[in-house]
Amino acid sequence: MFSLEGITTSVQDWLFMKFNPTMALAMECVIVILLAISLFAILGLVLVLMERKVAAHIQIRLGPNRVGPGGMFQTVADTLKLIMKEGLVPDMADKFLFNLAPFVVMMVGMLLLAPIAFAKNFQIWDINIGVLYISSVSSLSVIGILMAGWASNNKYSLLGAMRSGAQIVSYELSAGFAVLTIVVLTGSLQISEIVKAQENGWWIFKGHIPAIIAFVLYIIAVTAETNRAPFDLAEAESELTAGFHTEYSGMRFALFFLAEYINIFIVCAIGATLFFGGWMPLHIGNWAAFNHIMDYIPSSVWFMGKTFFLIFLIMWFRWTFPRLRVDQLLNLEWKYLLPISLFNLLLVAIIAILGWHF
Amino acid sequence: MYNQTEILKDTSELGADGELVINMGPQHPATHGVLHLVVTLNGETIKKIEPHLGYIHRSIEKMCESLTYRQFIYVTSRMDYLSSHINNLGCALLVEKGMAIEVPDRAKYVRVILSELTRIASHELWLGAMAMDLGAFTPFFYAFREREMITDIMEDTCGARLTMNYIVPGGLMYDIHPDFQKKVKAFITQFKSKVTEYEDLVTNNVIFQSRTKGVGILTAEDAISYGCTGPVARASGVSCDIRKLYPYEVYDKVEFDEVLETAGDSFARYIVRVKEMNQSIRIIEQLIDNIPEGDFVGKTKNVLKLPKGEFYTRVETARGEFGVFVVSEGGTTPHRIKFRSPGFSNLSALNHIAAGSKIGDLMASMGTLDLVIPDIDR
Repeated sequence: MFSLEGITTSVQDWLFMKFNPTMALAMECVIVILLAISLFAILGLVLVLMERKVAAHIQIRLGPNRVGPGGMFQTVADTLKLIMKEGLVPDMADKFLFNLAPFVVMMVGMLLLAPIAFAKNFQIWDINIGVLYISSVSSLSVIGILMAGWASNNKYSLLGAMRSGAQIVSYELSAGFAVLTIVVLTGSLQISEIVKAQENGWWIFKGHIPAIIAFVLYIIAVTAETNRAPFDLAEAESELTAGFHTEYSGMRFALFFLAEYINIFIVCAIGATLFFGGWMPLHIGNWAAFNHIMDYIPSSVWFMGKTFFLIFLIMWFRWTFPRLRVDQLLNLEWKYLLPISLFNLLLVAIIAILGWHF
Repeated sequence: MYNQTEILKDTSELGADGELVINMGPQHPATHGVLHLVVTLNGETIKKIEPHLGYIHRSIEKMCESLTYRQFIYVTSRMDYLSSHINNLGCALLVEKGMAIEVPDRAKYVRVILSELTRIASHELWLGAMAMDLGAFTPFFYAFREREMITDIMEDTCGARLTMNYIVPGGLMYDIHPDFQKKVKAFITQFKSKVTEYEDLVTNNVIFQSRTKGVGILTAEDAISYGCTGPVARASGVSCDIRKLYPYEVYDKVEFDEVLETAGDSFARYIVRVKEMNQSIRIIEQLIDNIPEGDFVGKTKNVLKLPKGEFYTRVETARGEFGVFVVSEGGTTPHRIKFRSPGFSNLSALNHIAAGSKIGDLMASMGTLDLVIPDIDR
């Protein structure tokens, strides 16, 4: 059975056998960077197509179906168009920040890729403060958005950026508390430890109701954090034309667009890791035969399956709900989600101390 | 590097209390046309809205003065293009009233059925567009699924899908399509089975309700003083349905309810329109099987000349009261003509209902006013 498990170790062994350690490390770096960039490109293409197909299905249409079989190459064509387009910079814009902003947003996505375990033993950087690292880096993306909104010298962009600032900073809290719930249950910040703790069952099943509450909170908070509908106030198409990226065109816009999808992938990957056991297969108690069959499915397939299920969930939200108003958005966070997540954390702490979880 | 005043000074006149003036439109996704709103903001809060009109002014009223009484009807399709049948009907009624032309019953029945279909089509488009203003894209496609059936019926009947020009003084331009009744009935069945989807997707949605309830409140007194008509006024509890108050054609023979709500907020306006669609279906159901046989157009002179005097008729379009006022000198063309368009009066209430609320509320308020810009500018 094909699996990514063995590849990393064999590549590493081969490199260290052939070259001296420094050289081997440098080559590993190059390989990882190339892999990350190609993953970004592929994810962008796949997720944009997926979103359009999901939207089309929900909206009783067919979606893209002309370029390639089933419209598979539609995103490729769109990307080509975006690359060919002129990247316009407004006259009064702050040119430096205007050009920098899309890369900041993109860079945050790239940094977040590091601690994610894509499959068994397939992880770029198993840092011992993995979850903390994710929480802190993901809040950087607001800087890029504020930068874009400010530097565009456009009032719509400015309004969008201000909304985005308020929104991301607020929802960071709920997302953080939801993540902490699992940290409390696991007793570790390391991603690999968290995955390993779910060997005998995923936290969403093992953690009783608090884990489910935490999962719901997490999904709501990350939908807001990635500026997706119903929390897409930073873009708010019908109110602010396109929000913070109103003035962006061509490849700079494409970077924002791509970053949005990369961010969705990353938050869903983290959600899958924390609540659905990452690459762990589904095991049910003492059903030995069933568990054995599940083990045959490669860990990378498990991970991607869970992640794409969550991505579908977030896309489903987008095409079903209307947008919230800015004050309702903040009320929801500060008056409902935050108290609930605080209480939930307390509950989980009690459960963890008393050892009620499985 | 810029500081705040530098980055803002060239593009806006900055008010005393940090006011921000933004131009919403003429090219803006939510104004649905070339409406230009100069919105004064304080942060997210709206302080003042000033609509600027004239971007699509085609001087239709002046144009009509050089067109004969047969010709000027066609121009009116381009005003409120979502109720083109009803606009045509208003003008035809005026000519018929002025010249005392007898309209055959068959034409009257078909006119009413087409008016109601137009009303449903218009409300469907509004439903989709308004949901889109609030950030929900999907209802648009659901609404258009049903609207498409109506436009297909229209295409069969009069060869056009938007600017119909089917109603002429004296009756109809030509007879209805043989499949007309069958198709309308098919539409009614489809509509009735699918209308619950709107309830599930939009009406009962928590976010939708919280975005529209208590937003953009227009009291009955204000509705009257701003001259609001149609669903906007009826949502505030003002009874103003021309079909009930001054029945024309066969509206006095059919049973239907004037939908009245009292809250006066965006949600009430939404509910009024959704219920109105059901009432329109009710009217069509009563008429569709009883279309009398006979002529589809009455006997008229070749050249129409209105007697000297002033004439006024009114009809209920999807947006409210549409009035046609003609001053005739006895010639073949109107001496002066004035259209009373519902959108213009409804727009005048916008500043009143949206000032003091958030930008998001402006979309909810403006969306439920159901503005059609060519109707306002003419």
